[in-house]
Amino acid sequence: MVAITINGKVYNTNADPRTPLLWVLRDDLGLTGTKYGCGVAQCGACTVHIDGVANRSCQVPLNSVGRRKVTTIEGLAENGKMNKVQEAWLAQDVPQCGYCQSGMIMAATALLKTTPKPTDEDIDAAMTNICRCGTYQQIRAAIHEAAKG
Amino acid sequence: MTTQTALNRRTFLASAAAVSGGFSLGFGVPFGGAAAQTADVPEVNAWVVVKADDTVVIRIARSEMGQGTLTGLAQLVAEELECDWSKVTTEYPTPGQNLARGRVWKNYSTGGSRGIRESHDYVRQGGAAAREMLVQAAAKEWNVPAAECSAANSVITHKGSGKTTTYGKVAAAAAKIEPPKEVKLKDPKDWKIAGKGLKRLDTKDKLTGAQIYGIDLKLPGMLVATIRDTPVNGGKLKSFDAAKVEKMPGVKKVVQVENAVAVVANTFWQARTAINALPAEWDAGAGGKVSSDDITAMLAEGLTAENAFIGNRAGDAKSAIAGAVKKVEATYSYPYQHHVTMEPMNCTALWTADKCEIWGPTQNGEAALAAAAEASGHPVAKCDVHKTLLGGGFGRRGRSDYVRQAVLIAKQMPGTPIKLVWSREEDMTHCAYHPVTQCKLTAGLDASGKVVGMHMRISGQSILASLNPQGLQNGMDPVTFQGLNPGGAEGQFGYEIPNLLIDHAMRNPHVLAGFWRGVNLNHNAIYVECFIDEMAKAAGQDPLEFRLKMGKERHMAVLKAVAEKAGYGKAPAGHFHGLAQIMGFGSYVAACAEVSVSDQGQLKIHKIVAGTNCGHAVNPAQIERQIAGSFVYGLTAALYGEVTVKDGAIEQTNFDTYNMMRIDEMPKVECVIMPTNDFWGGVGEPTIAVAAPAVLNAIFAATGKRVRSLPVMNHDLRKA
Repeated sequence: MVAITINGKVYNTNADPRTPLLWVLRDDLGLTGTKYGCGVAQCGACTVHIDGVANRSCQVPLNSVGRRKVTTIEGLAENGKMNKVQEAWLAQDVPQCGYCQSGMIMAATALLKTTPKPTDEDIDAAMTNICRCGTYQQIRAAIHEAAKG
Repeated sequence: MTTQTALNRRTFLASAAAVSGGFSLGFGVPFGGAAAQTADVPEVNAWVVVKADDTVVIRIARSEMGQGTLTGLAQLVAEELECDWSKVTTEYPTPGQNLARGRVWKNYSTGGSRGIRESHDYVRQGGAAAREMLVQAAAKEWNVPAAECSAANSVITHKGSGKTTTYGKVAAAAAKIEPPKEVKLKDPKDWKIAGKGLKRLDTKDKLTGAQIYGIDLKLPGMLVATIRDTPVNGGKLKSFDAAKVEKMPGVKKVVQVENAVAVVANTFWQARTAINALPAEWDAGAGGKVSSDDITAMLAEGLTAENAFIGNRAGDAKSAIAGAVKKVEATYSYPYQHHVTMEPMNCTALWTADKCEIWGPTQNGEAALAAAAEASGHPVAKCDVHKTLLGGGFGRRGRSDYVRQAVLIAKQMPGTPIKLVWSREEDMTHCAYHPVTQCKLTAGLDASGKVVGMHMRISGQSILASLNPQGLQNGMDPVTFQGLNPGGAEGQFGYEIPNLLIDHAMRNPHVLAGFWRGVNLNHNAIYVECFIDEMAKAAGQDPLEFRLKMGKERHMAVLKAVAEKAGYGKAPAGHFHGLAQIMGFGSYVAACAEVSVSDQGQLKIHKIVAGTNCGHAVNPAQIERQIAGSFVYGLTAALYGEVTVKDGAIEQTNFDTYNMMRIDEMPKVECVIMPTNDFWGGVGEPTIAVAAPAVLNAIFAATGKRVRSLPVMNHDLRKA
């Protein structure tokens, strides 16, 4: 039994301690907002925060999390209110299929924490997630909008 | 421990319906009734349900995969319905319900950019008929002539008395009114909801993790499977040693699925760990002897072969070229490419002795239903498909191979829902890829530089021969000639050339070819539009002027518009422009790319101005997004897209060997949406086709280097 803290709640799981956090979230804990895209840390669809830092959860074994606090897309809203990145995403009507957007929003939220007023170059460097529908132009606009708010 | 498995069936149904509304017919519920979101409310007609609180539920038959068709179709229904847009929701009726009701929702297939352009009339009629029935119900209640009543924003008003009521109040009575025999549709110039750049209806859940995709489904008692199919298309499973993995944690069963083998376990990670450890051998068959070089040679032979299918012929091209003052010749090629939906293939199936249900992402609900029925051994009437939102489609999910697999696994575990999830590696290596082609173009110019004859010989793979041979016409694949047809509303060739021959030598390697967003228009646009630039160069003329001299009017109108907006010919210092235009999927599209190439050969795509005349623009804001996205899709393919074959198998396995454009490479895309409002054209695909040729032409302008094969990453762009 391994205990991990996700979105402020402690979960106990019987999953094999070597299981990637991504699959513990999705299959053991039912937190399916975090997506599987590649399993090799390329696409970023599985991005979560560990102690506030963006991580690709497909590369994080369960037993490496320890007492660190995990935040997933389900935990971004506070008291039912979406965070400013989610609000900007809504205002810019960003998603198309939406599958990559959990990871995009997690990456953007982490970026704004360290760089509150990112330049286009900051966005280019931080947002390495893949979107196949091609929402990059709206993502850029939404990050700038969130930075204003 | 998991909160979801603790839910009982009733709770699951309620929450699942609340989350998506899409598969609300739900687990274990009999077939044929109305969908659960609206089960307690009588429908006004097949397209429209109005609840007592005035919520309007619009039924959508086509699949939503990001392209926005769900919102666009709802706008068209709502426009005629005259309802309050802020109270509109949607649901998918199941393909099984469609069949049971005499295909009242008609075609479910969602491909070829046809979602709106081939259903706009009957969905608008559905909205208009529902409006008339609601108005009549109110008139009947008030005992006044319906002609004295009007409807707007879900409110019905009687002119004489000033009485008002809402749709929700009369919906039950309207359901009993005889549907009108004929309805008059609005003139699009009077549209208030359609034609406007409204926001999508399906955004919010995508921002919070609440959106349920097929891969996220969890049914009571469900197990998860993953699969390994033959590495070489056409290969046979020889043996596998289930005993080696059966005792691994969580593993429930190892099953053969035709020439594939699957592991069923409690979780995906357990199934994946076991299948990676599972010893399995395949006989590759004849395909196992084939590598990319063999395919290249096979197609090269077709470039000069005697026999070919003719797609477009005018005059006598060969004689005209032979007698021309100047001759231009070039050979191009286009590789296999993968769709790469972000959500890997998946499908959930439940098989019992008397029925079979599936849940999952499909671009073709009715084909998925047929596949499920065939695999299950049950009659179609005992099967159904509950569609989920697609995490990308791009043509890949028009096929039902993964549906068949899920049912064949579930059939070996009766009564247990099985969610089949492919790994990215399985997904990359088991696809029906963008077809591989080569093209030899020969043209003759007269002394003034006018094109007197052109021969375009395409050699390569037919999608229909690969996936749907019964669609061939006397052996010919008419889809090969997308954008090259002599006329017609789908995709005519854009230039007047007095002596023209466009033909196709079909050469079909063992690798499956399939419908890939943009289909054959993608390579056809490169071949024509880059060669036009080559001819312009030979004629010593500007590429725009050269095109305008021989281009058809509607094609050139869009080309001129993008050239003007882009400031064609006036690029900033060190930047260069390239143009392309084509007609496909019923729409006229063009692009002007602005690029620079550094001394080290580093390409930077700065800006794209893209134009489209799609006839009617149902939602300009979503069209802009589709166009911007088209350039990510098309430019990823142009810069990086190449699937190669070694010993019959696909070599690329994941994003680390098959690169994708990220945000840092995304050019600024500006759109010119210029609908002429006299036809209905598609949006999701056509603009992709002009992405690559516009950039390739700009690269030539920048470097003097003519890139004639994709991807660009294989070429040294340093100035010659």
